[in-house]
Amino acid sequence: MSEPTSDARNTPPVAHRKKAFVFASLGAAAIAVAVLAAGGIGENLVYYWGPSEVHAAGDQAVGATIRLGGMVAADSVQYLGTSALEFDVIDGEQIVHVKATGVPPQMFREGIGVVVEGTMTAAGYFEGNRLMVSHDNEYRTPEYGESVDMKERMKTTKGLADDTGR
Amino acid sequence: MVPVLGRALILLTLFLATAGAMVGFAAGARRTAAGFAWTRRFAYAFAAAMVLTNALMVYALLARDFSVAYVAQVGSHAVPNWVAVVSLWSSLEGSILFWGLVLGLYIAAATWTTRDAPGDQMSYAAAVWLATGACFAFLLAGPAQPFGTMDPPPLDGPGPNPLLQNHLLMIAHPPFLYLGFVGMTIPFGLASAALLTGRLGHDFVRPLRTWLMVPWTFLTVAIVLGGWWAYEVLGWGGYWAWDPVENASFLPWLTATAAVHSGVLMERKGTLKGWTVTLIQATFLLTILGTFMTRSGVFNSVHSFTQSAIGPALLGFLGLGLVWSVTLLALRIDRLSSPVAVGVARSREGLFLVNNLLFVLFTFTVLIGTVFPLIVEATQNVQMSVGRPYFDRMAVPIGVTLLLLLGIGPALPWGRASAADMKRALLPPLGATALAGALGYALGVRNGWTLVTIAFGGYALHVTLHQLWLPAARRMSAGFGEAFAELARLRRRTAAYVVHLGAIVVIVSIAVSSTEGESVEAQLVPGETTTVGAYTLTFQSAEEIEQPHRISVVAHVAVTKDGRDLGLIKPRMNHYRSQRQPIGTPAVRTQAFEDLYLSVMNIDAANQRLGLLAIVKPMVGWIWIGTGIMALGGLLVLWPARRVVPPLATPVVTEGA
Repeated sequence: MSEPTSDARNTPPVAHRKKAFVFASLGAAAIAVAVLAAGGIGENLVYYWGPSEVHAAGDQAVGATIRLGGMVAADSVQYLGTSALEFDVIDGEQIVHVKATGVPPQMFREGIGVVVEGTMTAAGYFEGNRLMVSHDNEYRTPEYGESVDMKERMKTTKGLADDTGR
Repeated sequence: MVPVLGRALILLTLFLATAGAMVGFAAGARRTAAGFAWTRRFAYAFAAAMVLTNALMVYALLARDFSVAYVAQVGSHAVPNWVAVVSLWSSLEGSILFWGLVLGLYIAAATWTTRDAPGDQMSYAAAVWLATGACFAFLLAGPAQPFGTMDPPPLDGPGPNPLLQNHLLMIAHPPFLYLGFVGMTIPFGLASAALLTGRLGHDFVRPLRTWLMVPWTFLTVAIVLGGWWAYEVLGWGGYWAWDPVENASFLPWLTATAAVHSGVLMERKGTLKGWTVTLIQATFLLTILGTFMTRSGVFNSVHSFTQSAIGPALLGFLGLGLVWSVTLLALRIDRLSSPVAVGVARSREGLFLVNNLLFVLFTFTVLIGTVFPLIVEATQNVQMSVGRPYFDRMAVPIGVTLLLLLGIGPALPWGRASAADMKRALLPPLGATALAGALGYALGVRNGWTLVTIAFGGYALHVTLHQLWLPAARRMSAGFGEAFAELARLRRRTAAYVVHLGAIVVIVSIAVSSTEGESVEAQLVPGETTTVGAYTLTFQSAEEIEQPHRISVVAHVAVTKDGRDLGLIKPRMNHYRSQRQPIGTPAVRTQAFEDLYLSVMNIDAANQRLGLLAIVKPMVGWIWIGTGIMALGGLLVLWPARRVVPPLATPVVTEGA
């Protein structure tokens, strides 16, 4: 892109320099726009939402990829067969009912911070296909009842040993 | 005592780096022999001081001297000595210190190998290396001080992150990554020196290419080691997730690979000088960006990265490096123009250009996908990430096209090719293409992209083996020894095709392993069975094993395949005493063409329950093998040439790359 053409040596260096920079920056901008368009970045965003934000998003949440972060509500976990479960995720204000498939991670229990990746269904429940126990950078899980910034936790679930998704 | 000595040593490295950089720039500008000699002395002294500082930290870690803040943070009486040593790079401060050690060693080695280079060029290069060293010594002296004093010292520490203790690969991954990242400083310095002196001739190109291949080889291995570790430890069955931390290491690899290729044209044809230098600068800047992204905590929250002073400092270095690079390019743009035009489309040169554009496109794709969430969060305060489909949608076509080029490029002759030449070069490998595609289909591959990848892989394999064999075949009449000697004489050419061979294996294996195979999840009690692929898995029992630093709960899973007994496989869950979060350790049964991957999701020894994830994935092992072949090729490039004839009379053969 910034490679000058061979006839450019005859033009004065400064004019040439300007030309090269203009070309280089235009090229970079063009590539950036092309990548954004071709990759469909807008359709492939993963939102980090708590229950309140899921409710606030309304219909927007249906079909969107969401990382739902919050606490597992007490007395809400139900195991259905060998590899499915339902539970409520709360953030102190709102509740989202989650139906998840798969085997839960080791630390999963009522009152613990979780992140569920999935989407909201039109039927009003959250369909989770990836269930993670949230932790901080030191890979510690919060104590029962310990208050945590779930937003920060949601981003650090990668690398979890007991993460059930693919 | 140790903390004070440590802080003094860090100040010494900071002084040596800063003074050395100033002496180097002055010596480069004034061209005095004494200045050159002093620059070299400062470079060696900086390296020695970094070695001493690291040695002191290792001593403190081994002695469990908890009066040192870093030891109090990551040390523990409960861990074995080897864990204590690798704790050096287990946390932020120590890893920056280790970074300094690697930089010091690189600077010493590069100063030694360029001792016969023109003094001004060498001094400028050393000045840039030492300036980078000063930046990191500054981090150590201030925001990432590892030798803080703990008063009173604690009786014991928590030990390093258990993820580091859990698998040997995690001990190898960080040093390789640093050797890859830090090493990019050397070509950056050489390129800066060439721009400063305005001499971009042959004596600049050769060391530049060598010093680019060293970190490139380490970085290649490091990226794959990271993936391998994720696969063996994290337990979700994959090796790559387009995670920002992974992307941080992949970005400079992409631009470095582009530079390795454009460097071939630069050396052979004297073209693409400005372009290659730009790629090398971009690579260096991307290593700093990568360090910033992984070390500042910016991905936890855009707004939290300023909590530690290291984030803004690294961002400052990044800005400084960017201004420096652009200014140098602008100053020398008149000398960077090519003596000959490059644009011959139907030639190997033309394909080198396409290759470079694809690598740059790939870099933009990954960079945008990685940085996009940061920009959105900073401007709109919305937290999000970019999902895998975006990366896959871009990376798959680019990767497949690169594989195609890997086949066609080396087959084409240099210069303009006639239609007859093209036919002769490009048609024969089509047999291997059809064969590979048919083989893939026969083995059950139905994914279109994967079939195309396998077919292109066949094409590239044919061409690569042909090119590897060609020079040997010409000498075959003179005997096997002669043929081998010819391959050794054409060392760099041979090495390039060995790297290509490894790359083909890796690309095809990635395509197959990420689209084929199957998985199952099940909650089991003893005696219960689940099936995945041709395997039948029976949970027998859960056993608790106590070790000094951890308790492991091991699942005993009996495996049969098509009725054949394959014995017990034992995935486990490790509870480290210092951490609340248990860490699963999957058991992987690797075979020639298929992995059986068992991962414990949850396990309870008291109630004998097991939540199991079982995956059958084909060809994963070949990713590691292919990387080994690539690394072997990288080593071959660097192996010192046997000087049979005086060096001046030796023709420089650098075909391919």
